[in-house]
Amino acid sequence: MHEASVVQALLDQIEQNAKIYNATSVSKVYVIIGEISGVEPHLLKVAFDTFKQNTTASDSELIIEFQKPEIYCFDCQREFKLEKFRMKCPSCESFRVKLTKGDELILKTLELNT
Amino acid sequence: MCEHCGCSITDHHHEHEHHHHNEVLEDKKVVDILHNILSENDKQAKSNRKHSEEYGIFSINLMSSPGAGKTSLLEKTIEALKDKVRIGVIEGDLETNNDEERIKDKGAQAYQITTGQACHLDAFMVHEGLHHLDLDSLDLVFVENVGNLVCPAAYDVGTHMNVVLFSIPEGEDKPQKYPVMFRKAQAIIITKIDLLPYIDFDMPKAIKYIKEVNPTADILKISTKTGEGLDAWLKYLDFKMSMFRSV
Repeated sequence: MHEASVVQALLDQIEQNAKIYNATSVSKVYVIIGEISGVEPHLLKVAFDTFKQNTTASDSELIIEFQKPEIYCFDCQREFKLEKFRMKCPSCESFRVKLTKGDELILKTLELNT
Repeated sequence: MCEHCGCSITDHHHEHEHHHHNEVLEDKKVVDILHNILSENDKQAKSNRKHSEEYGIFSINLMSSPGAGKTSLLEKTIEALKDKVRIGVIEGDLETNNDEERIKDKGAQAYQITTGQACHLDAFMVHEGLHHLDLDSLDLVFVENVGNLVCPAAYDVGTHMNVVLFSIPEGEDKPQKYPVMFRKAQAIIITKIDLLPYIDFDMPKAIKYIKEVNPTADILKISTKTGEGLDAWLKYLDFKMSMFRSV
């Protein structure tokens, strides 16, 4: 379970930003987690609630925006939302595709108390 | 895409302050960060790559489930190349120095990182590993990641390519079950192919499943026991290293 390491990196960034903005505490943490980022949202939440103790984020709530994968097909020249991740166009079955969304691991927004 | 200024999210630290004039939120400040959570690791990974390049070293991150044959492949590779390519190995395991010993027995440099509870190597651990190798006397460094098809996939350790192994006894559907790992590979090696006569493993399906999650990966088939496919692997390595050197 590497979610614990991801949470440590997240808490470090929260701490840095709290300092930059002179925040006394953090109330909300918004993250974007892609389905194929390798991070499981539930485990991330559990790890966050465990490791946030004694940090400026100790009373904060983690809000996860879950991103399903999307690919662009160079043959169809359009984007597709995927129910199941495959690097294959769901319309023409071409492999000439690129992933456009779904591997994010992003700290999006912080709500700070100043 | 950032809604406020149109900047791209990746690798871009861009903050926008929004002071809310709502009474309830008077002392609250909402700040957009849009920053990759693992950016510190990624920075270190870039630095590891640069560090290797300063020494002219090509580096490969080997990943697989436990027991797929990473160390065996390294042993055979070191044996075959011992007079041509100077190899160093950074070993990642939860416990024991067994793999380090196996590599040293073959005459290559090795440094073991025992991760304790960590299920993966990150760029910082590999950085430490690099400093324990005599880089002046190396051409090629392998990072043998912790045996695990999940966690190592999330971390760029700062090598030049990812190679993922999976063995015949694991079954042909591994790429379907662990797409996050298999999509990160530039090369995928199917190992223990000497077991094909004894195990129901559907090779065409395995190839199809790989293509579905990673259509551009190079696919190799190897048995370290019989030596089948080893030559192709060595030629592939040689090709990749000459490409690296030509840049």
